Amino acid sequence: MGSYLLRRLLIALPSLLGISVVLFTVLALAPGDPFAEMALNPNVPPEVQANLRKQFGLDDPIWQRYFRWLWAMVQGDWGFSFISRVDVDSLILQRVPVTLAVIGASQVIALMVALPVGIYSAMRPYSWFDRIASALAFVGFSLPTFFTGLLLILLFSIKLDWLPFVYRADIAATGWQWWWEHLRQAIMPVMVLGLFQGASWTRYVRSAMLDVIRLDHVTTARSKGLSDWDIVMKHVVRNALIPVVTLVALQMPAIFGGAIVTEQIFRIPGIGSLLIDAILRNDTPVIMGVTFVFSCLVILFNLIADLLYGWLDPRISYR
Amino acid sequence: MAGSTPASAIASETPLEAPVAAVQAAASARGISPWRDAWRRFRRHKLAVASVFVLGLMVLAVLFGPLVWKLAINEIDFSARLKPPAWRHPFGTDDLGQDIFARMLYGGRISLAVGLAAMGMAILVGVTIGAIAGISRGPIDTALMWLTDLFLSLPQLPLLLLLIYLFRDGLKAAFGPEVGVFMLIVCVIGGFRWMPVARLVRAQFFSLREKEFVEAARALGASTSRQVVRHILPNALGPVIVAGTIDVAAAIIAESTLSFLGLGFPPDIPTWGRILYDSKEYLDIAPYWAMFPGAAIFLAVLCINFIGDGLRDALDPRDVL
Repeated sequence: MGSYLLRRLLIALPSLLGISVVLFTVLALAPGDPFAEMALNPNVPPEVQANLRKQFGLDDPIWQRYFRWLWAMVQGDWGFSFISRVDVDSLILQRVPVTLAVIGASQVIALMVALPVGIYSAMRPYSWFDRIASALAFVGFSLPTFFTGLLLILLFSIKLDWLPFVYRADIAATGWQWWWEHLRQAIMPVMVLGLFQGASWTRYVRSAMLDVIRLDHVTTARSKGLSDWDIVMKHVVRNALIPVVTLVALQMPAIFGGAIVTEQIFRIPGIGSLLIDAILRNDTPVIMGVTFVFSCLVILFNLIADLLYGWLDPRISYR
Repeated sequence: MAGSTPASAIASETPLEAPVAAVQAAASARGISPWRDAWRRFRRHKLAVASVFVLGLMVLAVLFGPLVWKLAINEIDFSARLKPPAWRHPFGTDDLGQDIFARMLYGGRISLAVGLAAMGMAILVGVTIGAIAGISRGPIDTALMWLTDLFLSLPQLPLLLLLIYLFRDGLKAAFGPEVGVFMLIVCVIGGFRWMPVARLVRAQFFSLREKEFVEAARALGASTSRQVVRHILPNALGPVIVAGTIDVAAAIIAESTLSFLGLGFPPDIPTWGRILYDSKEYLDIAPYWAMFPGAAIFLAVLCINFIGDGLRDALDPRDVL
């Protein structure tokens, strides 16, 4: 198990390097450079500019710049935010937990919706329940997250005035009160993300279940006289979850995209809203850092999906 | 084009190509062309047929609406600001007194055009890469699939935002604000959506290139490019059309997301996402302003998804249970 994990990590390394090349190329190809504004400033003499360029190595060949940048990233030197005057890595670290909490909670909600609904639909295909669930699933993943967010705000914050629509990190209350306030403000963002994911997962679960339910081992189990519950839980669901895990892992980038939008709507102080703020204020080091962290998270979740595979399907050995 | 009126396009293309018939020989044996057979299966999906109708109406509205509804999209009238829907302004007016209905008709053209163009881009790149990987074994295939996997694990929205942030001003200066941003968004969205198509095409190529009719073509001395273009590719198109339909919906959502974050089209080009972005500060006093563009995006995406589902039933018979 340990050596499998290590090998899997070694496989993930080239993709991380690939992503860093993509990121760096994008930045290098972009028109303009950090000193473009200074070049317009008449108070800075040209020789000072040339010296600064030389000092920061901007005139070196591109591969030298790439390796220097990579080396600095590996050492944890992620640069300095232009706007908030804080190290990029501490700025990001401060905000990652909120993002992970929102995404994690919404995935739990999505699972809680998708598994029962998908399984029940597949047990009675083309029944009324299945048809209604399918139609609702279509509606669910056709509703863009930004519109669902606005609709929920309109209904629960403005019309009914039940829930706050701005997420606050600094709640003065303590104890139960503190938990209650946090729960209240997290309901809407988590729901927006969770229901969107849940809708598409429901379809995956349903079609994967239908593929497995026709197989011979299920017929055998049925002819042995096992109860419906045992057949579905022990013989169908576990097999059906294997393709579902693949599809969910493939959707990981989309999930993070949805999280960015949701954080922006509800002003959640996570790395998604940090990214948008940084882009709107041209804060390049933060943009690079956050994009890289998002890439790492996507690769991390793919790794988790691989480990889940092994647990679901013992035929995939950890050798 | 494929996304707007797929059903009629399929129905009208009766002059069939020989290779397509090979796969659905049973259908042609009864004297029914494969396209007509597909249309028959598509028609059974009631929601898909209704979606073609609704989406067709929306396309007609944005194409010909601005010719009929002649209010200017940028006429500022402070005496009529934030007016709820009425006969004079069916969708109400925004904070500058501009008619939302006229703006949505105009912006819809761009929203739908971005969806179609990005789909075209994704299909073009995906089919090219998938075909090259599928026909050439060995290191080229491995390298291309590694590239595909790399792109699949890129965080798309952050990179999309990064690319637009970095290149927007340059392209705006080179091609003007409208064309420049349009090209950028289409290329970037299309450039992040080709991977599923490439995988599909490669998988199809792997099974098709061993089939008898391809072997027959090879035996008759057909060049590799002729085998691909004339015999393999037409048979691999079914799943690609389905994936392309879904891509239109995804591209429309992606463009609206960018505009909604304030990073897409500039304010003078009112795409549906942009109108939504402008409306969100006024959600409490003018909810209708957000409702109409949001509902339009939702309706378009829902219709396209249903059409994609119907097309899957029609063109990809293995998936039908």
